Amino acid sequence: MNSRPWVLGIIGLLLLAFPFLVPSDYYRHILIISLMWVVIGSSWNLLAGYTGQVSFGHAVFFGTGAYTAGLCVTKLGISAWWGLVLGGPVALLVGLVIGWICFRLRGPYFALATIAVGEIFRLVAIAWRDFTEGMEGILIIQTYRSKVPYYYLALLLAAGCILAIHLVMRSKWGYYFVAIREDQDVAEAIGISTFRYKSLSLMISSFFTGVAGAFYMNYMAFIDPHVVFSLHDVSIMAILVGIIGGVGTLWGPPLGALVMVWLQETFRSSFFGLLPRWVSEAHVLVFGLLVIFVIRYLANGIVGDWAHIKQLIFRSKAASFSTGGDRS
Amino acid sequence: MTYFETQHLTKNFGGLTAVNDLSFAVHQGEIFGLIGPNGSGKTTVFNLITGFYPITSGAIVYRGGTIHGLPTWKICKQGIGRTFQVVKPLRRMTVLDNVVTSAFNRSSSKAEAVAKALEVLDFCGLRTRQDQPAKGLTIGDRKRLEIARALATGPDLLLLDETMAGLTPQEQAEGVELIRKIRDSGITVIIVEHIMHVIMNLCDRILCINYGQEIAAGAPLEVANNQAVIEAYLGKE
Repeated sequence: MNSRPWVLGIIGLLLLAFPFLVPSDYYRHILIISLMWVVIGSSWNLLAGYTGQVSFGHAVFFGTGAYTAGLCVTKLGISAWWGLVLGGPVALLVGLVIGWICFRLRGPYFALATIAVGEIFRLVAIAWRDFTEGMEGILIIQTYRSKVPYYYLALLLAAGCILAIHLVMRSKWGYYFVAIREDQDVAEAIGISTFRYKSLSLMISSFFTGVAGAFYMNYMAFIDPHVVFSLHDVSIMAILVGIIGGVGTLWGPPLGALVMVWLQETFRSSFFGLLPRWVSEAHVLVFGLLVIFVIRYLANGIVGDWAHIKQLIFRSKAASFSTGGDRS
Repeated sequence: MTYFETQHLTKNFGGLTAVNDLSFAVHQGEIFGLIGPNGSGKTTVFNLITGFYPITSGAIVYRGGTIHGLPTWKICKQGIGRTFQVVKPLRRMTVLDNVVTSAFNRSSSKAEAVAKALEVLDFCGLRTRQDQPAKGLTIGDRKRLEIARALATGPDLLLLDETMAGLTPQEQAEGVELIRKIRDSGITVIIVEHIMHVIMNLCDRILCINYGQEIAAGAPLEVANNQAVIEAYLGKE
């Protein structure tokens, strides 16, 4: 993808100009949420796609970041914007502790442990009312009425996150992360402390997810445990964004974020009011079908299987299109 | 000071004693052969040396310090490299990236790691394959890649686990040449191998084990003609 910097340049310019091109607050909102998901999906992808440690618990870091921002207001009496500074580091520390516990487990056992941790955080956030306000949630006053400042902030976060991951993956750490994904025994045998580098990957991942959470608090101005510690709306959504866009690719999660947020919104609004309201209830079902489709036909996601998709669309004579890709 | 030795090395898996009171020493600069019938504990010895399994009792001493109890990656950092009997290429990386990853072990920058990796690929005759994904290699090249990856970590002592199995006679001859070159570059080699002419050609000394115990040790010809060794492989008349 980087071989075509002009494509990136044009996309970048369009994104920068977007609020001026599109005056609708509704579409600005959709794109702001998409950009937030670019951050979360890319962070999840660093840990799961590149390092091979599939997390079902990224809501922990998102919620931690969001609550850090919220608690800045309710407990410290300072602006929720401090959450943007503190949310990342706090989520990183949480990630460090979770990694210390969960990285003793490999593969599916690690994934199961992250589900458990995610549920623990959600339940604690509900039960510990003195600290988190429980299910009443935290309500703050938005700083800006316009969407535009939030849009540029989200754009900055997304660009920063992608750039950071790009740089990490070109460095020694990136090589080590992929080696761990490919074979942990080999990684150890060539001098890689798999525990240390898995923890580093998780720390970067949780940092950015925490920043995204803090952004969410500032932007939406309301959080409660079910919203920010949600298994299916955050943890699973992060996985969908990664899988649909393309696991282990730099541009997969950004694309996946656009597709997923757009899909979610289409269903939430029952196809913008064109279809009966019950359709909005069916979005989980459609997500499930979509995952089945992607895993069956585009195992490497839209970006990972882009060559296949192009072949399919343009029907080139080469009949070498094979389904599923090589996922081993 | 002994360069490398195991002292009364023992490993129990539950009730099974895979390695039993095994003591041997390896001198710096030699090619040391470890042979024995299937299931005699050769690979387990490698896994104990490299810390994949904790030892039950005994000691492993390398350059004057005990290394048992260290995690695998630290043992690699100390200078012991290994290959795997069942080759484990990092499948979705290119050949070059496989080797660059392990070259980071003793490199302070990416440029240094890449330079080191290219040098190792040249040395192992894999330079023409450098941009191929590792999963697409033939078995012969996969075995070479195992060796290249271990070499790129900058080892002082290299453990080769059946690097010749499954190769054509031509490839075996090239392999023997490669291992000689490795030794000549100053690296001590411990080799586990079943193919007798490889062992006889390469090794300075041989240790034969069965049921995790030493049954013979010494110069290649001595060991090969040892009655206990012949019985271990072929059974009694």
